[in-house]
Amino acid sequence: MRILITGGRVIDPSQEFAGRADILMEDGLIKTFARDKKLKGEDLSGQDRIIDAGGMWVIPGLIDMHTHLREPGYENKETIRTGSLAALHGGFTTVCAMPNTNPVNDNPGVTEFILKKARAEGNARVLPIGAVTKGQTGEELAPFYMMREAGCVAFSDDGRPVANPIIMRRALEYARGLDALIISHAEDPLLSDGGVMNEGLLSVTMGLKGSPSIAEEVMIYRDIALSELTGGRVHIAHVSTMGGVRVIRQAKERGVNVTAETCPHYFSLTEEAVSGFNTHARVNPPLRTHKDVEAIKEGLKDGTIDIIATDHAPHSRAEKISRQFDDAPPGISGLETALPLSLALVELGVLSEMELIRKLTQNPAKALRIDGGTLREGMSAELAIVDPQRRCVVEAGENFISLGKNTPFDGMELKGAVIKTIFREKVMEWQRA
Amino acid sequence: MASAGGRHLLGIKELSAQEIMLYLNSAGSFKDILKRDIKKVPALRGRTVVNLFLEPSTRTRTSFELAAKRLSTDVINFSAPSSSILKGESLLDTALTVEALGADIIIIRHSSSGTPHMLSRHLKAHLINAGDGTNEHPTQALLDAFTIKEKKGGFEGLKVAIVGDIIHSRVAKSNVYCLKKLGADIRLVGPATLLPEEFSELGVNTTSSMDEGLDGADVIMMLRLQLERQGKGFFPTTAEYFSQWGLSRKRLEAAKRDAIVMHPGPMNRGIEIASTVADGENSVILEQVTNGLAVRMAVMYHLDERKDQ
Repeated sequence: MRILITGGRVIDPSQEFAGRADILMEDGLIKTFARDKKLKGEDLSGQDRIIDAGGMWVIPGLIDMHTHLREPGYENKETIRTGSLAALHGGFTTVCAMPNTNPVNDNPGVTEFILKKARAEGNARVLPIGAVTKGQTGEELAPFYMMREAGCVAFSDDGRPVANPIIMRRALEYARGLDALIISHAEDPLLSDGGVMNEGLLSVTMGLKGSPSIAEEVMIYRDIALSELTGGRVHIAHVSTMGGVRVIRQAKERGVNVTAETCPHYFSLTEEAVSGFNTHARVNPPLRTHKDVEAIKEGLKDGTIDIIATDHAPHSRAEKISRQFDDAPPGISGLETALPLSLALVELGVLSEMELIRKLTQNPAKALRIDGGTLREGMSAELAIVDPQRRCVVEAGENFISLGKNTPFDGMELKGAVIKTIFREKVMEWQRA
Repeated sequence: MASAGGRHLLGIKELSAQEIMLYLNSAGSFKDILKRDIKKVPALRGRTVVNLFLEPSTRTRTSFELAAKRLSTDVINFSAPSSSILKGESLLDTALTVEALGADIIIIRHSSSGTPHMLSRHLKAHLINAGDGTNEHPTQALLDAFTIKEKKGGFEGLKVAIVGDIIHSRVAKSNVYCLKKLGADIRLVGPATLLPEEFSELGVNTTSSMDEGLDGADVIMMLRLQLERQGKGFFPTTAEYFSQWGLSRKRLEAAKRDAIVMHPGPMNRGIEIASTVADGENSVILEQVTNGLAVRMAVMYHLDERKDQ
């Protein structure tokens, strides 16, 4: 089967291209990327398909390098099936599954289980991230080589920091041997000390235990220093603080090979969102202050922050709404709001269209050394068609495919909507209110 | 009643100065009733009040229970050791069960901040926060304000020193919000580990010096020191704590001669307050307990009126 997308505005950072182009796909691959000339649909047969993308953006399928799919073990929160479909719904054709499942993805058996299940579903490409330590307990290294052979694309104890510095040092050294990326959940647990929101006036007046922003800053500093010492590659997950941005910027200035990501909630919301003990705004690291939000935007703008990831962390309704704030699990269901929230950065003049899409496609592909995130001829046909003007109200209960309806953006009107997602030979059309 | 208050009493943060004064004025009337020979009024006859106390408490629970009985309600006590929470039932399920039994007013104490706020999204009964984590203890602040008003006549420009473990004290926080709204001049005193800088953003003065904090004070509010904080690096020893932030007779001299000394109880004598001060002529500590009854009657009485909001 062939699919022709015609008349759209194509933005593909991997080819430094933004403009009108037609794209012809055949058997799940991109056959022709026609920059200037219009492709004629005349030689297409009845089974082929022409999609008119007039007024739309056509972008490479997005890559989320930070997703919690919850399976195996927490299928009440999300499954590989629902999570990968939610990904397509959000314009993501690749998601990297964090290992904090039950059992933890700390051995090739679990890796293979995830890949097998994902392939059977055939929605989005699922790339597992293995644990740094067995059981994510921070004590003994997991078998990186065997897990990489099984299909892991990076290693992380995400959800928990690798607290012991000697273990992080060994992990970076060991990972250097196979050029694997270590993703750091940068939080010094002794400093965050059980904090459940950002430390500051609001945590004091709400009577909630605060987690200071330096708990992140100090750990980023440690992991960058260990990366310099060992030559192992480190990627800083979910940067949320002004201090964190500063430390990464300084490291990049002296030539350290470090990459960093932030998430839409860290540039869209402040700690005020937890007012009224709103558990949907409980997330780790916590939402910070206006100053931090501005620093995150500045970091995105000057390239300190390379990547936008979702940290999609679905939870069941009961866990969020019928528990006290300090007892509710942290996390935001993010796959289905990430793109419109990120598009606001273009509107605000923080990023150009090209730079925004780069942080959602080419940069995560580069950091992970994987293919994808491109519309080059011969590559897998994975792309999203986006209406940048369409305004939609987030109605998680009604509209999310993810089982996780937990989002502080519920009820907000966002601009920009994914209209269609193409994943190889599959064309998904999304109904939007 | 003219003042439109909420259906619940979740915290002082949510109240206007006008609503605080409404409670204080009504508490005055209820205090008169408590001086009568027959101390019971039929105001809330037929209503059911449930004390849902999921953190150890004797004083506050007893005070609410007696206040509810003085209003002729039926009172049920539901406390942690005997509750089904221990059998694995969720707090929300327990609260819904209590409501299904016909509770009109649920008085909730819990160790997690925001518990009453969470329950208020699920329940139809009126909720009274009897202390949630380190957030608020609104009826304590109201009874403290009532006591101050009785002794000092008003609040405008009154110098109030609140001393001790401020960060972990829901009593201190509710008092700060309450007395600030009523126009008092507040100083918070304590070691910097227990008194974060952020409080100054609320328009109150903060100091680690007891002499500075007590200078010319009209009201001194001492807080209970949680002894388990010693092991967590907040202060080194109780002896050092008393030497710097304990209220002794000598220290009291820095305040006005007619200053009143308050404590929400239970006291650690010799750790935050000397016995000679606790039992001395400036102390109003036992009167606070009596006033607590009148204030809690007033709160239940007014919440019950707000049926249709």
